Amino acid sequence: MASSTDGKHVPHVVPLWILIGVLAILLILTWATVAVTSFDFGSNMNLVVAMVIAVIKAALVVMFFMHLVWDRPFNTVIFVSALAFVGLFIILALLDTGQYQPTMIPGYTAAGGVVP
Amino acid sequence: MSHDHDHPSYLQHHFDTPEQQFTSSKLGMWLFLATEVLMFGGLFCAYSVYRGNHPEIFMYAHQFLDTKLGAINTVVLLCSSLTMAWAVRAAQLGQKRLLPFMLILTLAGAFGFMGIKYIEYSSKFDHGLLWARAYEPHEEGHHGDDHGDGHEAGAADHGAAHDGGDDHGDADHNGAADHNGASDHNGDAAHEAAAGDHGGEQAEALPDGVLEILPSGLKVEKSTIAPPGSAPSGTVLTVSDDGHGEHHGPEPEKTKVFFSIYFLMTGLHGIHVLGGIVVIFWLLFKSLGGAFGPEYYTPVDLVGLYWHLVDLIWIFLFPLLYLIH
Repeated sequence: MASSTDGKHVPHVVPLWILIGVLAILLILTWATVAVTSFDFGSNMNLVVAMVIAVIKAALVVMFFMHLVWDRPFNTVIFVSALAFVGLFIILALLDTGQYQPTMIPGYTAAGGVVP
Repeated sequence: MSHDHDHPSYLQHHFDTPEQQFTSSKLGMWLFLATEVLMFGGLFCAYSVYRGNHPEIFMYAHQFLDTKLGAINTVVLLCSSLTMAWAVRAAQLGQKRLLPFMLILTLAGAFGFMGIKYIEYSSKFDHGLLWARAYEPHEEGHHGDDHGDGHEAGAADHGAAHDGGDDHGDADHNGAADHNGASDHNGDAAHEAAAGDHGGEQAEALPDGVLEILPSGLKVEKSTIAPPGSAPSGTVLTVSDDGHGEHHGPEPEKTKVFFSIYFLMTGLHGIHVLGGIVVIFWLLFKSLGGAFGPEYYTPVDLVGLYWHLVDLIWIFLFPLLYLIH
């Protein structure tokens, strides 16, 4: 956190090796996420793996490129709240859309292809 | 602190200290980024609901996206994120020649991204793979066989679609077959019911698009959503003549909605990249005038945050749209 007693702003400078190291990890993860698509992990595991990699990449960008780890904690609170509400939004929407009977529309196959 | 005190020119009069001004600006930027996350969140929600209900459409349609170009764009955007972070660092350290240089590199990444996006979009336009109402895939014959058109942009697109397709081919076809099996009972039963029960005396009594009228008076509409794998026989799997295994498979109905989602998400993201280009140009001109230094680099920092967020959204868009398995 950049602060000082006399009100002057003292920047927190991120070391270059961290920036370049983070980019290297991001590029490796990008390669990995493309490479794993040729494997079949069954049901929705491919999506889970892809999302786990994406979340790790996003966390790296947020923490180091956006230097949130050295920032005021309140900025983290704001950003994580926004993500949490988007997550809540999507989860509730998915819970809702899963409640409709697939057979109400003849010929309609719901997720997972469950046809009673 | 009153105005007759001498204070730095960049310090606005409603702030007491540069530190207070900096942290306030940053707080405001993070709030703005939170609203950006919420705005894209709506699109991600639409994506989730649609994919949750119709995974077969995503399995089918993503094959028309070029994984190679998508991956290159991811790398381009990640690298431009690094140069942006480096630009912030240069401003903090007062490296007045390195700062504009890093901004120019960032701009190069942004233009590179938009250039590749242009290639991808024009390929989609060439093939009519557009959003809902404009969706009109034009190929000779049927769906799986559009390799011979010879569009330059299209050629690249299809090249990589093959690469992806070879890997996915088996799984996709199995998936289609599974769906077939699962929906056979339902589909056949429904069709038979429609043909048998209503074929005779009731058929003319029913309005268009209505399958049957329940005793309660409720109308059951005919489905406009085809069960996966129930496509007309003209669109079934074929082996294309160029030696690659066929990868497209039968086209599920409502595939156009995938392209609606694709264009909405990548389009809104692309608009953000264009916005980023504008503000980075502004930073570039200011930095050439020596506006930024260790005491005052707030605009560089905030534009950097914005640019990283654009990168962040692409990190999710890439696997969700291009890497569906």
